[in-house]
Amino acid sequence: MPSADLKASRPLSPHLQIYRWAPTMVVSIAHRITGVALYFGTLLLAWWLIAAASGPKYFRFVNGLASSWIGLIVLFGFSWALIHHALGGVRHLIWDTGRGMGKPARDQLAIANIIGSVALTILLWIIGLLVW
Amino acid sequence: MATSPAPMRTPLRRVLGLGSAHEGTLHFWRQRLTGLANLILAIGFVILIVALVGRPQKEVLDILGSPFVALWLLLMVISIAVHMRLGMQVVIEDYVHGHAAKPILLILNTFFSFAVAAISVFAILKLAFGGA
Repeated sequence: MPSADLKASRPLSPHLQIYRWAPTMVVSIAHRITGVALYFGTLLLAWWLIAAASGPKYFRFVNGLASSWIGLIVLFGFSWALIHHALGGVRHLIWDTGRGMGKPARDQLAIANIIGSVALTILLWIIGLLVW
Repeated sequence: MATSPAPMRTPLRRVLGLGSAHEGTLHFWRQRLTGLANLILAIGFVILIVALVGRPQKEVLDILGSPFVALWLLLMVISIAVHMRLGMQVVIEDYVHGHAAKPILLILNTFFSFAVAAISVFAILKLAFGGA
């Protein structure tokens, strides 16, 4: 058999669309995506700190951007990503102890991760907008 | 043979437990350690941001440069940089296999993480000591 045929007839590992979606799968993927987003999001944190250190004029300009509609939407997404990734980290720390890995428990942890991140983000923004 | 795998490692290697990368569980451990630190530090940071919202700019700059807040921010930025470098390293190792692309991206990952850390540390120190 030519090597090309051999390669073509090899079984492929199932790709994403083959799997039935499970809560653990959703939070696993979300954990990685939010992690990568936060990685580049640190540029915003560094930018803000540099702006603060650059003097009142530039700091006012950057804070103005942050409190614009687009800025607030970005920050809302940033805060959700941070909270989701943080709760995902707690989920992993729980799993590291060997607890919560059974079928109901692992799904409950995953769902708590999703609901918790959305709830905490909304709560945070309600508090933030109230004190603004 | 399936029931008793032949030992492929010498007794010394087994005792050291460092594996083929000679790092053992160091990557895993650092990721968890900095993750835990990030959790604590980021909670404080989010509380700080909420506390700063709506304050006059002069007060915000004074608070950011105050010793406790500056130290907290320094610890957070350093812990984040270590954590995100490890995290992105795993993402690159999972998806990038090119002979050139992989090492180049791994190097850029380290450069990026250190750059973000250095920029942020510089800004925080300037806020604390700059006397702007």
